[in-house]
Amino acid sequence: MQYSKIKLKDHLRETRLFGSRVIFAGVGVFLLLLVLISRMIYLQVLSHDHYTTLSQNNRVSIISVPPPRGLIFDRKGKVMAENLPSFTLELIPEKIKDIDTTLEGLQGVIEISESDIKRFRRALKRNRAFKSLPLKFRLDEEEVARLSVRQHQFPGVDIKAELMRHYPYASLGVHALGYVGRINEAELKGLTTDYVGTTHIGKTGIERYYEEELHGSVGFRKIESNARGRVLRVLEDQPPIPGKNIYLTMDLKVQAAAESALENRRGAVVAIDPQTGEIIALASMPGFDPNPFVNGIEYKAYRALADSLNRPLFNRAIKGRYPPGSTMKPFVGLAGMEYDVVHGSSKVDCKGWVQLKNSEHKYRDWKRTGHGETTLLGAIRESCDVYFYDLGLELGIDRIHEFNQHFNFGETSGIDVPGETSGILPSRAWKRRVKNEAWYPGETLITAIGQGFNVVSPLQLAYGTGILANYGLKIRPHLAYAVQDAENEALQYFEPEVMGVVPIVKKSNWDYMVASMQRVVHSERGTARRIGKNVKYKIAGKTGTAQVYGIKQDEKYDQENLEDHLRDHALFVSYAPVENPRIAVAVIVENGESGGGVAAPIARKVMDAFLL
Amino acid sequence: MAQSRLSVGLENTPQQGSSGFLRDLHIDWPLMTGLIALSIFGLIVLYSASGENWSTVSRQMIWMSIAFLIMFFVAQIPPHHIQFWTPWVFGFGVLLLVGVLLFGEVGKGAQRWLNLGFFRVQPSEIMKFACPMMVAWYMAEKSLPPPMSRILIALLILAIPVALIAKQPDLGTSILVASAGIFVLLFTGISWFLIGSFAVTVAAAAPVVWFYYMHDYQRQRVLTFLNPESDPLGSGYHIIQSKIAIGSGGLYGKGWLNGTQSQLDFLPERSTDFIFAVFAEEFGLVGVLVLLSLYLYIVIRGLIIAHQAQSTFARLLAGSLVLTFMVYIVVNIGMVSGLLPVVGVPLPLVSYGGTSMVTLMIAFGMLMSIQTHRKLLTS
Repeated sequence: MQYSKIKLKDHLRETRLFGSRVIFAGVGVFLLLLVLISRMIYLQVLSHDHYTTLSQNNRVSIISVPPPRGLIFDRKGKVMAENLPSFTLELIPEKIKDIDTTLEGLQGVIEISESDIKRFRRALKRNRAFKSLPLKFRLDEEEVARLSVRQHQFPGVDIKAELMRHYPYASLGVHALGYVGRINEAELKGLTTDYVGTTHIGKTGIERYYEEELHGSVGFRKIESNARGRVLRVLEDQPPIPGKNIYLTMDLKVQAAAESALENRRGAVVAIDPQTGEIIALASMPGFDPNPFVNGIEYKAYRALADSLNRPLFNRAIKGRYPPGSTMKPFVGLAGMEYDVVHGSSKVDCKGWVQLKNSEHKYRDWKRTGHGETTLLGAIRESCDVYFYDLGLELGIDRIHEFNQHFNFGETSGIDVPGETSGILPSRAWKRRVKNEAWYPGETLITAIGQGFNVVSPLQLAYGTGILANYGLKIRPHLAYAVQDAENEALQYFEPEVMGVVPIVKKSNWDYMVASMQRVVHSERGTARRIGKNVKYKIAGKTGTAQVYGIKQDEKYDQENLEDHLRDHALFVSYAPVENPRIAVAVIVENGESGGGVAAPIARKVMDAFLL
Repeated sequence: MAQSRLSVGLENTPQQGSSGFLRDLHIDWPLMTGLIALSIFGLIVLYSASGENWSTVSRQMIWMSIAFLIMFFVAQIPPHHIQFWTPWVFGFGVLLLVGVLLFGEVGKGAQRWLNLGFFRVQPSEIMKFACPMMVAWYMAEKSLPPPMSRILIALLILAIPVALIAKQPDLGTSILVASAGIFVLLFTGISWFLIGSFAVTVAAAAPVVWFYYMHDYQRQRVLTFLNPESDPLGSGYHIIQSKIAIGSGGLYGKGWLNGTQSQLDFLPERSTDFIFAVFAEEFGLVGVLVLLSLYLYIVIRGLIIAHQAQSTFARLLAGSLVLTFMVYIVVNIGMVSGLLPVVGVPLPLVSYGGTSMVTLMIAFGMLMSIQTHRKLLTS
C-alpha cells in the first residue's frame, strides 16, 4: 500500500504516454498498409498487362504439327514414294513401377541392344518422368506383333507410329525421283516457318524440285501446360495442310526395261515423248537404294557408294557430260541441207581420210578403207566421217553452232529434275571466252562428227532427237504432269510448255534426214541393222561411238589391250514409230565401244516396253 | 478470481448486453468475429492453393480447431497469472532453444525442431510470445518510462533468444521475435531520441551482421531480393513467379480456382508462404483490399484492447502482440510482392501450417484474457 500511492501517480502518466504510443502505432500500421496497397496497385493495375503477358507465356505454348508429305505416283498410278508408319518402342517412366524389371521383360520379347538400353538410361536421367522416351527405333512387323500381344504385361510401354518416307521400288528410277533426308544446318537457314516441326526435306530429284508442293503447310496446336511441361488441354487446333501428290510421266515398266537393259554397265537411258515433252524413262546406272538415306545412311555404307568407281550416286542421265560422236551427224546433215550447202544427190568420195590445205594432219574415217562415193543418206546410214568433215568445212563453225542451237544443245532443257548440265556447243565466241584462243579450221571438222569440244548429256540427246522427230516443235521435257491436293481429288494438270519452233526452210530436207535415219535401222548396211529385225514398228536412229582416249596420228585403236575405262563410249539416238513419233530414246553406255552393237539394242528394249 | 467475477457486471466492455454465460467464456467477440472471418477466408484460399485437395483443407481445419481451443484456454488465465508465470515460460523456452542447438533435428538446412519423444516442438515459436512477455514483465516491475540501464538489460534479455534462433538459422523468426521485444520497449514510452539512436545503431550493425552472422543462403536471399531476374530459374524464381501471379490477377482477379500461375504449379510454396500470391491472382486487387481490411480490423481491435488494458504488463504485452501480428502481415505480403527479401514468414491464418497458427492463437488468447479480465476502475 505504501508504494501503490507512488505507482498510482506513475500510472496516470504511463497511461497517457501509452495512449500516445498506441495512436502512434495505429498511424504506423496505417502507413504500412498504405505501402502494401500501393505496391498492389502497382502490380495489379499499373503493371497488369505486363504480368498478364508473362502469365500467358508461362502456360500457353504453341506446338507445330508437321504436314504429311505428298505421295509420288508413276504414269500408271503406281506409288513411287509413300509415307509408311515407322514403329518406335517408347517407355513412359512415371507409369512404370520398376524400370529394370520392365527392360528385362521386354528383352525376353524382342531383341534390344545394349547400346539402346544405354541410350535409354541416359535419357531417363535427363527427362521428366511423364515424358515418353524411345527405347528402340524401327521395329519390324514381327516385333510389333510380338509386343502388341504382350502389351498388357507392360504398363507404360508404348509403340509409337511415325510416318517415314519410303520408296517401295528402291533403286528403280531413283535418279529421277531423288529422295528426302533429314534437314541439315545449311538448309535450315533458308527455310520458312512452314518447316517448324518438319524433319525431312527433298534432297535430290523430283523430291527436291517439287519440295514446295510435296511439303504442304504446317499446322498448329495451342496447348496449355503446367510448370512441369505436362500438356493439360488443347486450346486451339489448326490442322496441317498435307503436301500435294505428284503424278509423274515416268512409266515404271519402261524404266525397269531401261535399267535392266543397261544391266551391270555404266550408262544412261532417257526416253521422252517428243510430242508432249513427257519423260517416259530416265535411267542412270548403276543406281542405289534411296531408303537408307531417309533417316541418315550409315557412314560406311555411304562411303562405299560415294567412293565407288562406278559412281552410283551420279545422275548420268542429266549430269553426265559425253562427246556425242556420230549421233550429232543428223543435226549437222540437216544443217547442211537447210543452209543449202548439200543436196540429197551431193556425193563425196570417201578415201578413208582427208587433209586440210597446208597441213600434214590426216583426218581419218572410222573405216580405214573409206566408204567410196557417198551421199548424205549413205553417210548417215553408214556413219561416214569423211562426208561430214567435208560438210563441216563448207558449213563452217558459225553455221553449225547456229543450227544446233535450235536443238537445245549447249543449253539446259528446263527439266523438273535439279542439276542438269548444259553441255557444250562449241563456237568461236565460246572458245574465245573459255580458252581465250582463236578457232582453228581443223576443229570445225571434228566438231562436225560430234567430237572435239562437243559435250552433251543423255537428256540433251533425247530432247534434240525428239525435236527432230517432232519437226522442230520444242516442248519442255518434264517428269511431273499433274498434282493433286489429296487422294480422290481431281488432278490439276500442268500445261505442256512450248519452248520454241525450229524454223524449217524445206520440209523435204527433214523428210530426207528421217529417211536416212530409218535406213540406219531398217537397211542391210545400216549401222544399227541388228535391232531392225523382227520389229513391228519403224525406228529412226543414229549410232555413235565417242572417243574417250585420244589416239595418236596413225596409231591403231587396240580394242583388246585398252583399259576398260579408256574404251570408247557407245551411243544411240532414235525415235519410233517414224510415222507418228511417240518415244525418242537416247542411250549412252560408258566404254561400251559399239553404238550399234551395245547401245542400240538397249533402245530397242525400251521402245518395245513402251510401244508394245 | 472472486474479485474479477464480482466486477464482471460492472465492466464497460463491448460485450455488454450479451448473456452472462457468453461473458464467462472470456471471449472478446469483436476480435473473435474477425478471427473466424479470417479463418474461413483462409480455408477458401487454401482449398484453391492446395489444388482442391480436401485432405489438406481438413488437416488445416483440425489445426484451426486445436488452435482456437488453445486460444480459449489461454483466455481463461487472468493476466496477473500470465505475468506470474512469464519468467518460467521464458526460461523454459530458452532451455528448449539451447536444446535445439545441442540435440535438434535438421530440416531444410536449418536446425529448428526438438523431438521430445512424443511430440516435436519448434521452440522458436514459443519465443514469439515468450519474448514480449518477458520484456513486458521486466518493464512492468518499475515505473515507466524506464531509465537507460533498464533498457539495456531488457535488450540483453531479448538478445539471448534472438541470437539462439538466428543461430539455427531462422532469420525470419529471429526478426519477428526481436521486433516483438522492441515493440514492448516502444510502448514503454522511451524517448524518440533513443529510438532514433537505436535505429542508427541497427543500420550501422547491418554490414557486420552481413559479413559475420549471415549464412550463405540468407545472403543469397537478400541478393536475390535485390535483383530477382539475376537468377530466374534458381532462387529468383519464387519472387518472379509470385509477382506474375499477383500482377496478372488485375483488379478483379481470375476467379476462385482459376489462377493459372497457381493451378498450373508455376508458383512454388503456394499453400504456405506464397499463398497470398494465389489469393491476389484469383481475387484481384478488390480481394486484396477486403483481406487487408479484415487484418486492419483485427489490428485496430487489438490496439483498442491494449489501450483499455489495466496493468502495465497487460498493455505492454497486448500492444506488442498486436504489432507483431501486423509485422507478420507486412513481411509476408512484402516478400511475396517483391518488396522485402524472402524470409519464411507465413500469412496469419491463411497459410497452411499448424505450429505458427497455434502460436498466433496463444497470442490472441492472451489478448482476450487481457480484455475480459478487466475490473472497472473507479475514477
